[in-house]
Amino acid sequence: MSKILAADDSASMRQMVTFTLKGAGFDVVEAVDGVDALQKAKAESFDLVLSDVNMPNMNGIELVKNIRALPNYKFTPILMLTTESGTDRKMAGKEAGATGWIVKPFNPEQLLNTIKRVLD
Amino acid sequence: MSIDLSQFHQVFFEESFEGLDIMENGLLVLTPNSYNSEEINTIFRAAHSIKGGAGTFGFQLVSDFTHVVETLLDQYRSETRTVSQVGIDLLLESVDVLRSLLDELQAGREPDLTQSVALKQSFETFLASTEPTANAPAINSEPEVSTASEDNSEITEKEIANNSESVSESDKGFWRISFIPSVDIVQTGNEPYRLLRELSELGQTTTVVFTDHIPDFPVLDPEHLYLYWQIDLHGDVQKEQIDEIFEWVVDDSTIEVQWISSSDSAVSEISSEQNVAELTANKELPSEPPVASIQANPTKIEMAENRAPSEITTEQAKVARPGPAATENQSIRVGIDKIDSLINMVGELVITQSMLGQIGNDFSIDKLQRLQEGLIQLEQNTREMQETVMRIRMVPISFTFSRFPRLVRDIAKKLDKQIRLELIGENTELDKTVMEKIGDPLVHMVRNSMDHGIETPEQRIKAGKKAEGCLTLNAYHQGGYIVIEIVDDGKGIDPQVIRRKAIQKGLILESDEYSDQHLQELIFHPGLSTAETVSDLSGRGVGMDVVRRNIQELKGTVELDSKVGFGSTFRIKLPLTLSILDGQLVKLGEETFVLPLTSIIESIEVSPEQLSTVAGETDVIVLRDEYVPVIRLYEVFNIEPRNRNIFEGLVVVVESGSYKIGLHVDDLLAQQQVVIKSLDTNYRRVEGVSGATILGDGTVALILDIAGLLSIVGEQTLKSTSLTKAAS
Repeated sequence: MSKILAADDSASMRQMVTFTLKGAGFDVVEAVDGVDALQKAKAESFDLVLSDVNMPNMNGIELVKNIRALPNYKFTPILMLTTESGTDRKMAGKEAGATGWIVKPFNPEQLLNTIKRVLD
Repeated sequence: MSIDLSQFHQVFFEESFEGLDIMENGLLVLTPNSYNSEEINTIFRAAHSIKGGAGTFGFQLVSDFTHVVETLLDQYRSETRTVSQVGIDLLLESVDVLRSLLDELQAGREPDLTQSVALKQSFETFLASTEPTANAPAINSEPEVSTASEDNSEITEKEIANNSESVSESDKGFWRISFIPSVDIVQTGNEPYRLLRELSELGQTTTVVFTDHIPDFPVLDPEHLYLYWQIDLHGDVQKEQIDEIFEWVVDDSTIEVQWISSSDSAVSEISSEQNVAELTANKELPSEPPVASIQANPTKIEMAENRAPSEITTEQAKVARPGPAATENQSIRVGIDKIDSLINMVGELVITQSMLGQIGNDFSIDKLQRLQEGLIQLEQNTREMQETVMRIRMVPISFTFSRFPRLVRDIAKKLDKQIRLELIGENTELDKTVMEKIGDPLVHMVRNSMDHGIETPEQRIKAGKKAEGCLTLNAYHQGGYIVIEIVDDGKGIDPQVIRRKAIQKGLILESDEYSDQHLQELIFHPGLSTAETVSDLSGRGVGMDVVRRNIQELKGTVELDSKVGFGSTFRIKLPLTLSILDGQLVKLGEETFVLPLTSIIESIEVSPEQLSTVAGETDVIVLRDEYVPVIRLYEVFNIEPRNRNIFEGLVVVVESGSYKIGLHVDDLLAQQQVVIKSLDTNYRRVEGVSGATILGDGTVALILDIAGLLSIVGEQTLKSTSLTKAAS
């Protein structure tokens, strides 16, 4: 079972993402902000990281940079959840090491379809 | 798979309201022409979350509205626009509008859009009017523009134009995709074989992998990818579908997508000089990824082994899915520490229970000592558990206090006064229900203090004070109560003004003598307003009496302490919880009643010289300097007492607001904590009774509502008696 780390400061988004992914058989660990996510990423290993962009304490871009720098996350898919469709934000994410992005608002089906693209 | 999103609505509403509070508080801190990056970011994040959530959970109108708000905040954030008062005001207004939109949506009503439409327009005008400062990057509101291979756009654009219509006729041609990934593509988590897998899902593919970029072994970096591909894709495929697959890698990789029509001879031109390994693939092509790709990424193999295919049994899916949440349910957020401590407590209780069980199974008199110890432990466990459960309902008063900075700012602006608000003890906890109900009375009192208490800057300077007045909200615990003080350093309440007003309204007589304190307390009297001019804020005369009534309904009290020239302090005292009451049990005939301990002043045996009768029907007793009317409870509840004679039995003197009454009962029993059960839900509302409780022996006792009893007996008669004597 693939294990996914989902970081978002919004409780409702976390709830929705977790519910969707668990329903599809994934193992999900939630994080409430970048600092929390980084700590969890270090503590255990994940097959995929989903991260919101705008989060307190450590934003998504910083988080991606930090996670990508960890030895076991060199090749791990990291997807940004972003409402910002502007190219510069996406590029900032890519430069930080993100694999790709999912543009909010998305529905559970879109989320699953995108996730399946990056998991084996 | 279809998921009912409405199950997440409740959480969305809750966090959105919290977000609005955060925005509001942040906006109040912002000052025009300055840049407070942290604060602006916090506000932006809150707005952004609301917009994102609203979009996701299907509240498009909220999302649309928040969009313009976010746009302005984004300009502030990126410093392309200077923070201005107009902007702050607009944003504050937007908080109000969003709040009411969400309120309506939460209640399941169709929201009225006139306000939001108008405000959105104001935002748009504002955004358009003053151009953001130079170098403004595009605001994130731009619709998503496909960034597909701009370097190569010349060919591809033309190709689309020529071919997108004919694409559906797949037999006439196919897509030729040249994909040269950047060498470090796998280090962004993008796996070319996954991209190839996706392509193969669109149609039939013929894939050629080129290996000529692989360097000599000594210089080969195992984390780099040196392969590249040419894929011919047959089928009914739109170019957009292909672009979408390469969306994440298009910027670092070289990708060309060409339409090759079957008449074209280009097919034969496949670079034959190069080292070519051909892979023919149909739908399941990359089930075995190209060998070189695996070599380039050794860690991947390991991971792939660890990954069992995700089998979703229906059972698992069921377990993971809780029942749909009732949207109207009220919920409360509880700190995990409180839950943990409760679970811990239950553990203790289980241990005690099993210990007692053991003693009970095989009891002999020599185990009496242990039985008693066990019972003491049980009592301790129960009490601790009760306290912990109560704590779950406790929330910090900051939830209520948080609305005041905005309120005070707005009112001060309206009144042309300078008022600084100080909040003390925001983390003081109280019962959630109590907190919800105290909000409105507090607002009223704060308005009153600002309107009538604190003077205008000119008046203050004349009185030798600082131009800026200070309003303090202070909360703290005292015994089983929470005390909330509203303190202003204004002009205080002038007892002589009240006196004149009261005489004018016929509440007191010209000849009566009252203490200043007594006169000041008259502001809680119905129909007395001291404002010289009635403003639209307060002073309509339906003020403080209602406030007091509300507070009494919460089993609380309100006191006033005011000094002319120095200001006033209103002190509200509320029980921490509404579900447990410190009660005094009293006996009346065969019945037991419960009186709230806090309302009891004293209990006395009445002697004949203390008693007199007013208007021939109401008994009053003289208690020190006051006349206290006596209510015969057996008459009110129509039961047979042991003593009809007031000189037998006892009179319990209780107070409600500024009134004191005596209750004639047969006897006093124990004092104990009782759990309040609602009569309204279990039976119906009964005047004079606030609820019921079940006593240790299983009998039901009614809890008396002193204020309610007063209204039964007739507040008018009581008023006339209790006001007749001055406390001075």
